[in-house]
Amino acid sequence: MRRSNYDVKGLPGFFGITILCLVILYAPLLVVTVYSLNDSNSITNWEGFSFRWYVDVFSGPESQKFKIAAWNSFTIAIIAATAATTISTLAATAMVRGGKFKLRTVSFGLISLPLMVPEIVLAVATLIFFNSVGFTRGYMTILIAHIAFCIPFAYLPISARMQGIDDSYEQAAQDLYATKRQAFTRILLPMMLPGIISGYLLAFIVSLDDFIITNFVKGAGVETLPTAIFGSVKQGIKPNIMAISTMLLGFSVLLVTISYFVSKTDNKK
Amino acid sequence: MSESRKTAIDVRGAVKRYGDFTALKTISLSIYDNEFFTLLGPSGCGKTTLLRMIAGFEDVTEGAIFLYGDPIADLPPNKRPVNTVFQNYALFPQMTILDNVAFGLEMRGQPKSQARKAAGEMLELVQLSQFAARKPSQLSGGQQQRVALARALAPKPKVLLLDEPLSALDLKLRKAMQLELKHLQRETGITFIFVTHDQEEALTMSDRIAVMSAGELQQLGEARDIYERPRNMFVADFIGETNLLEVSVDAINAGRATCHLGGGHELSCNAVEGVNVGAKVHMSVRPERLFMSEGPTDSEGLKGTVRENIFVGTDISTLIDLDDGPKFIVRTSNSDRGNKRIFEPGNEVYVNMEMEAARLLID
Repeated sequence: MRRSNYDVKGLPGFFGITILCLVILYAPLLVVTVYSLNDSNSITNWEGFSFRWYVDVFSGPESQKFKIAAWNSFTIAIIAATAATTISTLAATAMVRGGKFKLRTVSFGLISLPLMVPEIVLAVATLIFFNSVGFTRGYMTILIAHIAFCIPFAYLPISARMQGIDDSYEQAAQDLYATKRQAFTRILLPMMLPGIISGYLLAFIVSLDDFIITNFVKGAGVETLPTAIFGSVKQGIKPNIMAISTMLLGFSVLLVTISYFVSKTDNKK
Repeated sequence: MSESRKTAIDVRGAVKRYGDFTALKTISLSIYDNEFFTLLGPSGCGKTTLLRMIAGFEDVTEGAIFLYGDPIADLPPNKRPVNTVFQNYALFPQMTILDNVAFGLEMRGQPKSQARKAAGEMLELVQLSQFAARKPSQLSGGQQQRVALARALAPKPKVLLLDEPLSALDLKLRKAMQLELKHLQRETGITFIFVTHDQEEALTMSDRIAVMSAGELQQLGEARDIYERPRNMFVADFIGETNLLEVSVDAINAGRATCHLGGGHELSCNAVEGVNVGAKVHMSVRPERLFMSEGPTDSEGLKGTVRENIFVGTDISTLIDLDDGPKFIVRTSNSDRGNKRIFEPGNEVYVNMEMEAARLLID
């Protein structure tokens, strides 16, 4: 058979455009990564290879600020991802296994709506909410907001996984004398695990990375890494920012890689 | 013969409704102890619904189900001593074959070591011991099927339910599994309830068959009984190949009904309760119970012309147009063809039938 006209690989300029897109996507990241290794106070003049800005992040004048911010960021991300994943797992179980209940479509819409709403709107709304109930802004408000907006991110991969699991597995477990709870914990949960891990990692990254909502609901003096970085950048970009950014980038790549291999081992099974 | 046998499952007036839709219309039947019982019918006839009601996955809208005399309709599936072999097997993918088989025993409270030992013995029974440490996805479809069987049999259920377990296998494997299932049933002495839409499969394996259609029980009887004495049109048509003829009943004398088929052709057969003189009903004649001859062999020979011969492996199917009458299919076994003349298209023949081959049907 003749090669199909719809095979995009055969279109003229396919290769060039692909390269162009990749360059546009990755050139800035590459620049940041390279210049984080620059032995210079300037962010544009290359003066040789050095790890000095990485050392500066951990022991320089701003190190204390970044340490606290990183601690806040990671603890919030861990707690928020854990809470959001737990809630999402239960929600997905109810939504997928609950039969065709009324308002099912509406429920699904409500869970995933925050993904579509502009983040700034969510940020303002969350701020107004905290003000109106009289919450003092600080670590707790950031945490609560993060749990809330992480739920749809955790929910999507978990419910997708759940939909792919035929309900005959739980029925088989119950048929073999497992209680409903045992059927869930012994059979369904392990089968959902790849989805749960993906959901967790996604929620974790989204929380770690969030700036807009965090910036609105954080109290004075409480910073996460993104807000701390933004704070520093306002006083001029220093190479230590590039070092932090590169470390965050590396961390994200690591998580995405883990997530990829988790889903891959599952496919092979 | 079976009146004195214990009843394993007793379904009494079971009804299943989903909203306005009635999936099962008041079914009552008894399944005996140590029996290979088949629920047979086309898809959507309610056979799987009935099976799932016995397993406990579907509520019983009305009526009751008894297991050796105990009402079970209100028990959850894990409280019923019946196990199921699922159509898709539903083997737990994250567990090894051995753990799959041991699962039911463990859930029943056996210590892990003991459950595994029993599971190992079960795997031996289905000849899969060498695969004990593998995961289900590393096994072929036929092997998975046997694991599902071992898993369901391991807790020694009082009744084993099988939901079209062979439908995903290829023909050859299916035939082998049919025999294996039949042997397993005899060896274990457990009552099997088998659901299938394949009438041949049902006839091969079953002690008794319940033929279902449109949520109703059409006929219940031994395999042979169902095949040779179908009660109504649906059963005659669904089970095996048959000549379905429209006849009108002219006379009934001493249990024999004289019917005519149009074109002046006449046939007599046993009268059936519910079919009276003057009734226009259907008659079923199995093609393998007809034979052809050059001349009339008795007063009832039906004269016609051969239209076509179809070779179907073991048999030859001959299509015959009766003079001014209906069409007939006659099946001649290839094994005894030597004694019989082969009629070619265009030949004039007489169609004769064995005693009791024709059966009047209630519509």
